[in-house]
Amino acid sequence: MDAHIQVNNLNVYYGRQQALKDVNIEIPKKQITVIMGPSGCGKTTLLKTFNRFLELTDGAQITGEVLVDGENIYDREVDVTEVRKAVGLLAQRPSPLPMSIFDNIVYGMHIHRMKRDRREYKAAVKHYLEIAGLWDEVQKRLHDPATSLSIGQQQRLCLARGLAVEPEIILGDEPTSALDPISSQNIESRLLDLKQNYTTVIVTHTLRQARRLADYVIYMYLGEVIEAGPAKEVFTNPKHERTKQYLEGLF
Amino acid sequence: MSETYEILTIKSNEQAEGRFTRPSVAARTRQDRAARRAFFIITLLPVALIIIVAVALLIRAWPILSAYQLSDLLFSEVWKPGEGKFGFWPFILGTVWVTVVGVVLSVPACLLVSIYLAEYAHAATRTIAKPVLDLLAAIPPVVYGVWGLLAIVPFVDDVLAPLSDRWLGSISIFAVNQPTGFGILAGGIVLAVMIAPLIISVVYEVFSTVPNDLRHASLAVGATQWQTIRNIVLPQVMPGIIAAVVLGASRALGETIAVLMVVGNVPQIPTSIFDSAYPLPALIANNYGEMMSIPLYDAALLGAALVLLVVILIFNILSTMVLQRMLRRKWA
Ligand SMILES: Nc1ncnc2c1ncn2[C@@H]1O[C@H](COP(=O)(O)OP(=O)(O)O)[C@@H](O)[C@H]1O
Ligand SMILES: [Mg+2]
Repeated sequence: MDAHIQVNNLNVYYGRQQALKDVNIEIPKKQITVIMGPSGCGKTTLLKTFNRFLELTDGAQITGEVLVDGENIYDREVDVTEVRKAVGLLAQRPSPLPMSIFDNIVYGMHIHRMKRDRREYKAAVKHYLEIAGLWDEVQKRLHDPATSLSIGQQQRLCLARGLAVEPEIILGDEPTSALDPISSQNIESRLLDLKQNYTTVIVTHTLRQARRLADYVIYMYLGEVIEAGPAKEVFTNPKHERTKQYLEGLF
Repeated sequence: MSETYEILTIKSNEQAEGRFTRPSVAARTRQDRAARRAFFIITLLPVALIIIVAVALLIRAWPILSAYQLSDLLFSEVWKPGEGKFGFWPFILGTVWVTVVGVVLSVPACLLVSIYLAEYAHAATRTIAKPVLDLLAAIPPVVYGVWGLLAIVPFVDDVLAPLSDRWLGSISIFAVNQPTGFGILAGGIVLAVMIAPLIISVVYEVFSTVPNDLRHASLAVGATQWQTIRNIVLPQVMPGIIAAVVLGASRALGETIAVLMVVGNVPQIPTSIFDSAYPLPALIANNYGEMMSIPLYDAALLGAALVLLVVILIFNILSTMVLQRMLRRKWA
């Protein structure tokens, strides 16, 4: 397997409580990996270790390695902002920045000085809004506040904002759980469109979404990875008794 | 509205055997309403008190307000009660100078401290720093005054005044005209320390109204923490910061004893931060109750108190309105 992210002996503690127990997994390049498992099993925690968001939580401790393209992102010399630029995050609730639609997309590019002039920024805004499937709906109101969009539109805006800094990896923590069915479907089809170009890791607690999206599956339970493998194998022929029970909807 | 309410209650009394009615309920409702009314009245008390004080001051100051034009009182520069000259201008300017110097010295440091506490500090640091700051607010003003007298006045006299004289003497607001150490700068330094805990705690509160989702959205695209604060958090909290500063200023405007002890109390038009000044609260505290035989003296001092009260009330009301809007947003 061509692994984009490799996790070695990863343990996470919140104070004294251990949230991840000796996690060893690989995430394949340019596929959709779905992390599933019951609520509280550590899915969000695992995802947060991939863009170093865990360190924003007071009292969270981490041991082990997370390698992105073979480089441990927890090495001392690593610049955390470079990690987060390369690993985009789509949050559970859409969080538009308190500025215009246009400025939301420009924000990250501007921080990283990625474009030279306003013309280039304009072109980029159009490009990423198109990728996120939002251009047609907002092209006439680019300078309206982003909060004037519907929740579903806001989440696509956040996707575009994340993509605009040219990440290689997209993380999504239940990115459709706050959305209506049509908006959810819209986001899902965006993610499917994008998977040739990005390594995508999605947390979900709905089995159906996992089946629709996943190329590769990680099943977690109580902070441990119980089973990981290609979606076809895991869904049709789970090796582990717990995975089987989960897939049959027994808990 | 209240009539409808009454009717409904009576009705429910009549249907005493209804599913949700018990004989005791009517009494309990009545009790509840009485309690609510009592609390409402108690809440109104402070407002009533302020109005009473303002009206009383107005009545007592009326003789001077009717004898002189308001603009003459406010803007004339001579204060010679014996000769019937009551110009508030030196005192108003003294108040403004001391307050402005105090705020200017205080605000930058307060902002840095509150940004550090709200955005950078670990939870552990916060749990230590917050009570210490609250303690600073609990020190009685007279203690600050003594500290100013023993430490700040000599420091201004021995260190700051000579330095300023050497390097900044040509700029009139830094000129050393009366080298005693007592003056606006000493008062301002004392005030700066006194209002700091208030400003820091309000600004800190205001920062905590910004949802973490916004910070995370910015950090997630690879912004540094400082970029996130500057681009996202600060614009959100700006009105609150201004309100906190105004609140601090209104506290400084009214501060009496600590300022009075170090500011020199000379009724003159100050031109430099090293000049002595005579702020309004010091004027009132130093003179009220003495030389009351001079005609209109009593009315003049109470007129000064009224001016002070009105300015502080306006500052307070404006900043409280802004802050309440912001703090409510946190829960919205
Ligand atoms: N900030 C935190 N402080 C303390 N414990 C936490 C924190 N965040 C999560 N946890 C705990 O860690 C475990 C895993 O949480 P999480 O990763 O959010 O699970 P999931 O996303 O699978 O629902 C849970 O038991 C949760 O209570
Ligand atoms: Mg979660």
